[in-house]
Amino acid sequence: MTILNKEEAKALLEKVLSYSKADECEINLSGGDGGNIRYARNSVSTSGGVSQSSLVVSSAFGKKLGVATINEFDEESLKKVVKRSEELAQLAPENPEFMSFLGPQTYGPDTPTFSEVTASLTPKERADAVAQSLKVSKDNNLNAAGFLEDSKGYTAMMNSKGLFAYNKSTSVAFNVTMRTNDGKGSGYATRGYNDFSKLDTKKDTTVAAKKASMSATAKAIEPGKYTVILEPTAVAVMLENIFFAMDARQADEGRSFMSKAGGKTKIGEQMMDAKVNIYSDPYNTELPTGTWSGDGRPQEKINWIEKGAVKNLYSSRYWAQKTGIKAIPQPDGAIMQGGTKTLEQLIKETEKGILVTRLWYIRQVDPQTLLLTGLTRDGTFYIENGEIKFPVKNFRFNESPIIMLNNLEDMGISERTVSAESNVNYLLPPLKVRDFTFTSLSDAV
Amino acid sequence: MKRRNFIYLTGVGAAAAMMPSIPVWGNEISPEAALEYVDPAVKKLIADVALNAAKSKGATYTDVRIGRYLNQFVVTREDKVQNIVNTESYGVGIRVIANGSWGFAATDKMDNDSIAKAAALAVSIAKENSRLLTEPVQLAPQKGYGEVSWKAPIEKNAFEVPVKEKVDLLLSVNDAAMKGGADYVNSILFLVNEQKYFASTDGSYIDQDIHRIWPTFFLTKINKETGKFETRNALSAPTGMGYEYLDAKPQHKIKTAAGTLYKGRYDMLEDAKQAASQVGDKLKAKTVEPGKYDLVLDPSHLWLTIHESTGHPTELDRVLGYEANFAGTSFLTLDKWESKKFNYGNKLVNIKADKTQVGSLGAVGYDDEGVKCGEWDVVKDGVLVNYQAIRDQAHILGLTASQGCCYADNWSSVQFQRMANISLQPGKEKLSVDDMIKNVEKGIYIIGDGSFSIDQQRYNFQFGGQLFYEIKEGKIVGMLKDVAYQANTQEFWNSCGAICDANDYRLGGSFFDGKGQPSQSSAVSHGSSTTRFNGVNVINTARKI
Repeated sequence: MTILNKEEAKALLEKVLSYSKADECEINLSGGDGGNIRYARNSVSTSGGVSQSSLVVSSAFGKKLGVATINEFDEESLKKVVKRSEELAQLAPENPEFMSFLGPQTYGPDTPTFSEVTASLTPKERADAVAQSLKVSKDNNLNAAGFLEDSKGYTAMMNSKGLFAYNKSTSVAFNVTMRTNDGKGSGYATRGYNDFSKLDTKKDTTVAAKKASMSATAKAIEPGKYTVILEPTAVAVMLENIFFAMDARQADEGRSFMSKAGGKTKIGEQMMDAKVNIYSDPYNTELPTGTWSGDGRPQEKINWIEKGAVKNLYSSRYWAQKTGIKAIPQPDGAIMQGGTKTLEQLIKETEKGILVTRLWYIRQVDPQTLLLTGLTRDGTFYIENGEIKFPVKNFRFNESPIIMLNNLEDMGISERTVSAESNVNYLLPPLKVRDFTFTSLSDAV
Repeated sequence: MKRRNFIYLTGVGAAAAMMPSIPVWGNEISPEAALEYVDPAVKKLIADVALNAAKSKGATYTDVRIGRYLNQFVVTREDKVQNIVNTESYGVGIRVIANGSWGFAATDKMDNDSIAKAAALAVSIAKENSRLLTEPVQLAPQKGYGEVSWKAPIEKNAFEVPVKEKVDLLLSVNDAAMKGGADYVNSILFLVNEQKYFASTDGSYIDQDIHRIWPTFFLTKINKETGKFETRNALSAPTGMGYEYLDAKPQHKIKTAAGTLYKGRYDMLEDAKQAASQVGDKLKAKTVEPGKYDLVLDPSHLWLTIHESTGHPTELDRVLGYEANFAGTSFLTLDKWESKKFNYGNKLVNIKADKTQVGSLGAVGYDDEGVKCGEWDVVKDGVLVNYQAIRDQAHILGLTASQGCCYADNWSSVQFQRMANISLQPGKEKLSVDDMIKNVEKGIYIIGDGSFSIDQQRYNFQFGGQLFYEIKEGKIVGMLKDVAYQANTQEFWNSCGAICDANDYRLGGSFFDGKGQPSQSSAVSHGSSTTRFNGVNVINTARKI
């Protein structure tokens, strides 16, 4: 599949737009290639490659919208897709919340979301990276299961109001679980990058291997409230449940954790510890993301939580106009301002506590309080007098990430991590939190 | 990301966060285009191009899946239509064995050249990966069926029903909910049609047409004084049926002390009316006292507990470690099966796997590697007796044929072992729900599915629900809230106290069972009658932030 450059995409979109007879027309174009390898039981299992492209035409007559898509770009197909979207629009009911498409926007400079190294990856290089991971496993007499996936693609959009946007990106994701052959120890590592050359499968697998060996003689300790140190992988799956719930309309309507009595919201109120600062920034060099959202709105640096108070919520353009707030789109990643300590220092300064390296199967129990349940997995350890004393059996927890951030004691250096639940990339620190609620024990390894 | 896409598309935000949702995605098309069907003769030509191309590059086995995956969503809130989307995903996936290793490639370009290139890529991936193999792939024998077809036995193709009729239904549901006192209501009709063609070097050319439907709603009521809110989701089940699912007759309704429940078909309007009343009761309900309770679990709830605690741990790929890096492994290790005496549950517990039950989400004629489907026992009189396996795993169980559990959620996804319908068999003695409740001293009657979570080996789970009724001395005395129960799988199934008879047997299920990397979703049903479990640990989930 060819990755269209900015000029090629623009020329194609202009051609499609020239066929439009609707009041308004908007076109989204995308294409890409992906490849992956999966392995388990120290051996490759499934793998594959997929190539896809699509052109989506949205035509509007008044407040009536029709959408049609095609993946063939010859002239006849392009005319057909425009006509079909217009026919659908004529048949559609009026949507009172329809917003006229955005006019021309000013976006910041391109962000380094595209890597030539990743884009030119071959099946051989992919297999070589996995071979390195498997070697660590076999050398340590462990059992490896893992996944390596990469993709390259481009997105572009144009509308009849004069908006044009283009971006190309690459991504690579790697995660591995190492288990002891008796099934009593397990360790995990995960990494995500835009640039494949940053990935070191040997190093990451070694980290997982160490956790597997260290966790093999786990003891049961009583569930209850404990001081915990959460590694960034565990922090990600807790905090993203806050990010996913920061919709302005839900808050205004009284059905989110941001709602309060009398139809008001908790915007600006301190809900978490004053050390909590969370923002998104497409220009961050460690976590570059696109400079525009799917409907053409610019992605800018946004402070979501400042000193423990929620400052901004994201919103549809319709709701923002209705309520007179700025229409901020949902970001593509989030960053929590970290501290200067390493994970080892956090452990060293802990008298009694539990090191949680990963949390898993996170589900919301109550949308009002963002109470979540889930379990520890792949290495949980008891800390005493600044040292890891012994591995402990896994726990189920019931905890709200809001309460957790309110109980924040300390944090380490932020690093890029990936949510194993949503695959979204974040920059997050390890957190030390008091009174984290474990409600039962699990026999799972 | 797919889950987020679904939430974005349906615009139901927090309400959708309660759903086990990972949808299959596709391109948007017109409703009329969804009624077009690609001629099997054309698909056979395409398949032969791929089979020949792969063979010429050195593949020793090849299968080709030409898939057209159609979805229709109608999404409304209160008095507004938010979105009507028709999507189509059409392409070809080619799986090969070369040098003893699997390879796979897929493309949405359906010209001979692109298909041959994809076949060549699949072979080159297989050859490249073969150096990482510990042992070559071993496929259970499978005879070719020649040119055959299978169609889901639906009465009314939901894609043929005019969009206006669907919009009118959803808006009337919303109107009933709002008039009943709800503050917000989102309703969604979600339709799926999989038109899939399978061809393999074994000599099969299989054309199948599969339909699914899921009408659902999310209703919210807010106490403005306190700022507290409660939700009540629809008690519908996603099913492998056509639009007839929405045509409920009196025989499809079960009247209970907790309202009307639905068997086989669904009255969406009636459920919305009772939901509006029940969500008001939820706001006023008593918060649960934590402790041990006997649980009476309705099939609209129990399906999810079966799914997580029986369906997943009996998947052979998990048992063997193929999912160790993602979905997890299983506590039901091979030694427990080999012993022929592992008490998964007590003697009341009989669980079957099937891929054929009419109206179920898992029903197909043949699986995605060309194996004719059937049914088998998984737990017999409480003892673990079997798993769920596919062709490259059958030899591990000493089977001479696959059990037909192979599925891919799209032409672009590689097929692998997925869950069959896994269902708890009804009690053999005559027993109604009312009679079951009469014998409970201290219990909770739970209806509908809610929050769910289980560990990676399927020991420790926690489930919520939609409606919780307190039972005292054989009578329902009122509604409870903030209820979740935690248990260990083996202890839970050994605490089974009674199972209602076949009159009460109903199917629940999910469109979005997630597994694999890249993650794929699969639709699966789970049947049961109302079942009692004794002395289960209940926690209180109320918090303040």
